[in-house]
Amino acid sequence: MTTQVAGAGSERSPHPGPSGQAPEQRNPRRGQGGEAEKIRRREVSTGFIVSRIAVLSIVAALLIYAIPPLLQTESWTALGVLGAVTAAVAYLYLTPRHVPAKYLVPGTIFLVAFAIVPIVLTFVTAFTNFGDGHRGTKEEAIRAIETSSVTQVPGSPEYYLTIAERDGSLVFLLVDPATKAVQAGTADGLSPVDGAEVSLTGKVLSASGFTIVPTAQAAERDAEIGAFSVPTAGGAIKATGLSRAFEGKADKKYDAACDCIVNPAGDRWYANETEGYFIDSAGAHLDQGWQVSVGFANFKKALTDPTVSGHFLNVLIWNFVFAISSVATTFALGMIVALALHHPRVRGTKVYRVLLILPYAMPSFAMLLIWRDMFNTDFGLISKLFGVHDWLGTPTTARLGLIVINLWMGFPYMFLVITGALQAVPKELTDAARIDGATPWAGFRRVTLPLVLVALTPLLISSFGFNFNNFNNIRLVTNGGPYAIDNATVGSTDLLISYTYRVAGFDSGVADFGFAAAISVFIFAIVATVSTVAFWRSRRQEEVYS
Amino acid sequence: MRIRTAGVIVAAAGLMLGVAACGGTNEPAATPSKDKGNGKLVLWTDPTRAPVLKPFAEAFGKENGVTVEVKEISENQQQTFITASQQGSGPDIMVGAHDWIGNMVQNGAIDPVQLTADQKAAFHPNALKAVTFNGQVYGAPYAMENVALIRNTDLVPTAPATIEELVKVGKELKAAKKVQEILCVPFGAGGDVYHTYPLFSAAGGSLFGTTATGDPDPSKVTVNTPESIAALEKMKALGEKGEGAIKTSIGNENGIPTFVQKKCAFLISGPWSMNDVKKGGFNFDVTAVPGFEGGKPATPFLGVQAFYVAAKGKSKVLAQEFVANYVTNKDVALALYKADPRPAALTAAADQIKGEDPNAEKFIQAGANGIPMPAIPAMGAIWGPMANAEVAVVKGGDPKTAAEAAAKAILAEINK
Repeated sequence: MTTQVAGAGSERSPHPGPSGQAPEQRNPRRGQGGEAEKIRRREVSTGFIVSRIAVLSIVAALLIYAIPPLLQTESWTALGVLGAVTAAVAYLYLTPRHVPAKYLVPGTIFLVAFAIVPIVLTFVTAFTNFGDGHRGTKEEAIRAIETSSVTQVPGSPEYYLTIAERDGSLVFLLVDPATKAVQAGTADGLSPVDGAEVSLTGKVLSASGFTIVPTAQAAERDAEIGAFSVPTAGGAIKATGLSRAFEGKADKKYDAACDCIVNPAGDRWYANETEGYFIDSAGAHLDQGWQVSVGFANFKKALTDPTVSGHFLNVLIWNFVFAISSVATTFALGMIVALALHHPRVRGTKVYRVLLILPYAMPSFAMLLIWRDMFNTDFGLISKLFGVHDWLGTPTTARLGLIVINLWMGFPYMFLVITGALQAVPKELTDAARIDGATPWAGFRRVTLPLVLVALTPLLISSFGFNFNNFNNIRLVTNGGPYAIDNATVGSTDLLISYTYRVAGFDSGVADFGFAAAISVFIFAIVATVSTVAFWRSRRQEEVYS
Repeated sequence: MRIRTAGVIVAAAGLMLGVAACGGTNEPAATPSKDKGNGKLVLWTDPTRAPVLKPFAEAFGKENGVTVEVKEISENQQQTFITASQQGSGPDIMVGAHDWIGNMVQNGAIDPVQLTADQKAAFHPNALKAVTFNGQVYGAPYAMENVALIRNTDLVPTAPATIEELVKVGKELKAAKKVQEILCVPFGAGGDVYHTYPLFSAAGGSLFGTTATGDPDPSKVTVNTPESIAALEKMKALGEKGEGAIKTSIGNENGIPTFVQKKCAFLISGPWSMNDVKKGGFNFDVTAVPGFEGGKPATPFLGVQAFYVAAKGKSKVLAQEFVANYVTNKDVALALYKADPRPAALTAAADQIKGEDPNAEKFIQAGANGIPMPAIPAMGAIWGPMANAEVAVVKGGDPKTAAEAAAKAILAEINK
């Protein structure tokens, strides 16, 4: 395709188009004069219309789907970006120009949305204390502190509530369950109501001067009723649902003058903007905090905190051992099997191939759990075959076990891609090697392997990256264990990623996203460095062999 | 000209397709505006309870002229709820375990629920205690659970009075080849603080000191006190290098099945195991986990399931009405029990269930000495390190070293 388009020379848009227009493309004799006609014919072909309808309808669907929630949360920037991108995409696919962009834009949008944005967000989060207890703003924390400190005024009645209106404004009709006395609560306070008709359950059925609001209508005025409060000497009467009310008092209040939370006993919790907490003089903080920027504190902690950095090197070494041996063993076994089945005298290769693909086709989560149970000391298959041993409870065998499991899970993939690569090795080269007197091993070592490696190095690098962060295997099989008796923080099979998961508190249900993001940045740097070096080396290799 | 026509057709078709794709799910009329209630109540729960709650939610909706939507959250409910609440896309009501309360409160995700004195009196005192955090009631409890000793009465007719007796009976049965294991307590390669807590506490161990009000105190971690180390010593004696009653090879995945297959005569588990145990085809009984000879009674952890009012919900008054005044009724508790047989928190409902299912009452009895699982966020820091320490001693490690390592890791996590 490439050579043919290049041969056309005069074409302005040498792109590989949808199959519907391939005949025109392949005809290099069409010159400048046929260009306009060609474009027109391309524009109205069926494939073109269908693909364009598909793209534009997806874009329109996404736009319409995303607008209401964005409006609701008043995210104007996001709305602006969304509108601009949609307009740009609509323009791009409605105009006959910018043909290369038509092919690049979808990929670019996905790259930005699913790779670059998450990376940027991870970096940004690494500089905050975002996590449980620090999710919202300071205002939200203050509101939560005040709301959760509201208690019932001691000795106050537990009123029955009826929502009513007088002259168009909201009134709480309150019935004292003990005395059955009816009072009207407004924003000004309480006043007695005479001659009201009260049901047995405490609902006010009618009262002169008041219009009872039916429940369904009251339910629609939820926010208004929730915000309504009747001031009293002891505090304020608030609704508890639509049928009851109580006299409550907030024990803690925010005081803007001292930027602190105060309570009637005179205790004070001062806002601390570096920790995102209200802290008292003894150093104790209130539960609810807010999100603040912490600068490089998370990175500093990862590097200097002994509970974190003390084990970093050991974990890193095992992490490399695990990733490299996973790639090496799966590649070796995949290569052996692929070579065996590649041999022309082997019968029934299709059956073998199907069988070999099975481990790859099964759900890995279930397989991992089955493997874990096979390694069970007393009940597992491995103990039955090789004698009772605490397989996953001894560091060496636990590590070996993980590599074996990963080998079983990973070699079918390697087998598949190597089989493909072997088909592409020209037979003349292997024949020539044989005629020149090379042994089968030398032929493999010096001809087949280098050619296969040229094709597979990028896959090996990505396999390394994947296994470097192979969270599922560790999490489901050993969960990082076994642990040394004097070290309850890091287990002997922990990878950086499973270690991060635990250190950042996800295991305990109290998450510290900021710190997790900082460690993710380190992992990102390690994997990126290794991948870059490997790609650089493989490019040199390609230059040698191709 | 033809180009333009095609373009217009394509654009129009695209937009129509787009509208069609969304119309079904996103009617503008159903979109609530930001600061007004919309006569709609959204409740989140797990898949087991969603179908049970639906009829009650609908009845509530009819009574109050509102629509109620019950949504299933299949996993990770607590984090999903907190994250969604923060973004403003959370529910009005959440259903979940009481030990979430500490974390939900520190994230400002739930509001206190004001119950009347009568409503409070209707609950089992332990259930009410569990949903009380910092002196405030944060949810309406509906079910309670705790572990107990489940015994195969065909093999062991009388309940052992002490753990020593349990081990003795278990060993005799094992020697007679009637069972393979002395005791099935889910422990696993990673340890299990929850299932072994009755043993740990009976041996005198504890996790936290208590505050003046009797709540667990996160500033006093007690896993490495002499009492706790002595308790770990007793667990070591029960472990793999000792009696072999606690083993890393029996975990959550095989503990109940091993008991059901009659490979062990005793199981420590909760009401959730009942459906499986009944399939075993043998007689069984549920009693409290015994204490050690001359020691304290075992105190299992009590877990309570409750309804919470979301602080950032859109219909908070309705949610309060639902949680405080509606689900505190007996019929709801009974129906929830039928879906998931955990003893009801409402005394009236528990009394009625007692007649139909004696096991439910036996679990409540077995939990009489229990303590509510600490709901403070610091409890999260306990699970991992404490489990590691228990695994180390069960494998024969030194209790003091293990306890000190656990305490160090717990304090590092709490003070981070």
